[in-house]
Amino acid sequence: MTSVAAAPPRESWVEPPLTLIRRTTALSLVELQKLRHDHTELLTRTVQPLLWLLVFGQIFARIRAIPTGPVSYLAYLTPGILAQSALFVAIFFGIQIIWDRDAGILTKVMVTPTPRQAIVAAKAFAAGVRGLSPVVVLIPVALLLGVSVTANPLRILAAAVAVMLGAGFFACLSMAIAGLAGTRDRLMGFGQVLTMPLFFASNALYPIEIMPTWLQVVSHVNPLTYLVDALRGLLIGTPAHLTLDFAVLLGATAVGIWVSGALLGRLVR
Amino acid sequence: MTTPAVEITGLVHRFRGGAGAAAVDGLDLTVAAGEVFGLLGPNGAGKTTTLRVVNTLLPVQQGRVTVFGLDVSRHATQVRRLLGYVPQQLSVEGALTGRKNVEWFARLYDVPRRNRAARVDEALAAMDLFDAADRLAGTYSGGMIRRLELAQALVGDPALLVLDEPTVGLDPIARDGVWDRVRAMRAERGMTVLLTTHYMEEADELCDTVALMHRGRLAAAGSPAQLKADLGPDASLEDVFRHHAGIDLAASGKEGIRDVRRSRATARKLG
Repeated sequence: MTSVAAAPPRESWVEPPLTLIRRTTALSLVELQKLRHDHTELLTRTVQPLLWLLVFGQIFARIRAIPTGPVSYLAYLTPGILAQSALFVAIFFGIQIIWDRDAGILTKVMVTPTPRQAIVAAKAFAAGVRGLSPVVVLIPVALLLGVSVTANPLRILAAAVAVMLGAGFFACLSMAIAGLAGTRDRLMGFGQVLTMPLFFASNALYPIEIMPTWLQVVSHVNPLTYLVDALRGLLIGTPAHLTLDFAVLLGATAVGIWVSGALLGRLVR
Repeated sequence: MTTPAVEITGLVHRFRGGAGAAAVDGLDLTVAAGEVFGLLGPNGAGKTTTLRVVNTLLPVQQGRVTVFGLDVSRHATQVRRLLGYVPQQLSVEGALTGRKNVEWFARLYDVPRRNRAARVDEALAAMDLFDAADRLAGTYSGGMIRRLELAQALVGDPALLVLDEPTVGLDPIARDGVWDRVRAMRAERGMTVLLTTHYMEEADELCDTVALMHRGRLAAAGSPAQLKADLGPDASLEDVFRHHAGIDLAASGKEGIRDVRRSRATARKLG
């Protein structure tokens, strides 16, 4: 017969963060394995950003309505569309966690000694990987359109990290809403309500300076603005606040993981 | 004295929006270490709610619940290390192979890397899934999925295996397969098994002790043989339930389903 000690074993202070990392890795591996079986999603994710760049971008570049300084509007827009695609990929990610709940998988994982934060961190990682797929297609297209994108591998790598952090944060936001909303229908509603305001209240399409003052305030608390700023600085070479941008993205993602992890229990009650 | 596997004292649980009645209403229960213990009752009796409090998915609102002496409210993570859990739904990742599904849980239960492959193979073999291990789980039959879930629960070498309606929705052959595996696991490992069911035949076949629940309360508890003998020479567990709950199991089941549906729909509307 299995013998079990009644007193809980004492944990050293390094054990919780190590457990978090180990479990996040285990769950992220599963997310990657699932992704390998779903190539179509990676392809379909690239259609919408391509349309934004090829249709919206080219038209607005011709009418020269938006002041973008020394860079062309297409060059200005390309990082904005990359950030937008990360937002669009991630903002409905909470549906996946509700799906996992309805399928019984979330319940089963939550009964293992896995921190709630590891479950959402792995989903955020998966959102980050999905957020990268448009980058792979969009940058070559931007190059074909004459946009001068950096060839520096370190800068491209840093841009990929920024996209993953941004997508990770928006996935956490979506999972936090899932924890509060509880159903797919409600989450879809919240997602629709959030997506466009987040997009338009950022510097993705136009500079912050031309926004009305109230919108400038909103854009400064919008993590999408910092993602766009980082991508512009890294890929196009416009002046950027990279330290601030990465600090905001890291901080927002960490808070997002903590909050959505704390709300996860509501989904299975 | 041996520490009980599960000890429940004065447990009360109400769902938000659950129109007055408690889902579990003052439950006292002790599951001895090493036994197969069945919680029986119709839908809506409070079996699954009780199980979800034991496995830390639901908070203890009132009363006290311990697993091998650990208070589930204060030591939830340590309690989870002792558990293997199979929920009601057939729930595996269809896009992964059977082996990957079990490996995944081996990692979540901290099975050391040097033993992991062997433990995964052992769990798959115990569930008679070794030959199908490299097929996508999405191609498995219902009975195979249930056995794969048992392998996932088994790979962490749990002290307490919690099964929520393990054979619901399975055909008789698949059901027999699951029963055989549960019996074999118990014989080989001596683990405690806590299961819920509304099949009296399943309780009779598998359980050392059964607790009959009705409307969130304990109607009767004891070994199936003892409960039946107490009632009469030809009594069945169905008769025992009718005697203690004052209602036929099937009729109570229909009423229970209505209650549960109403309660869950209200709870979801209220969020």
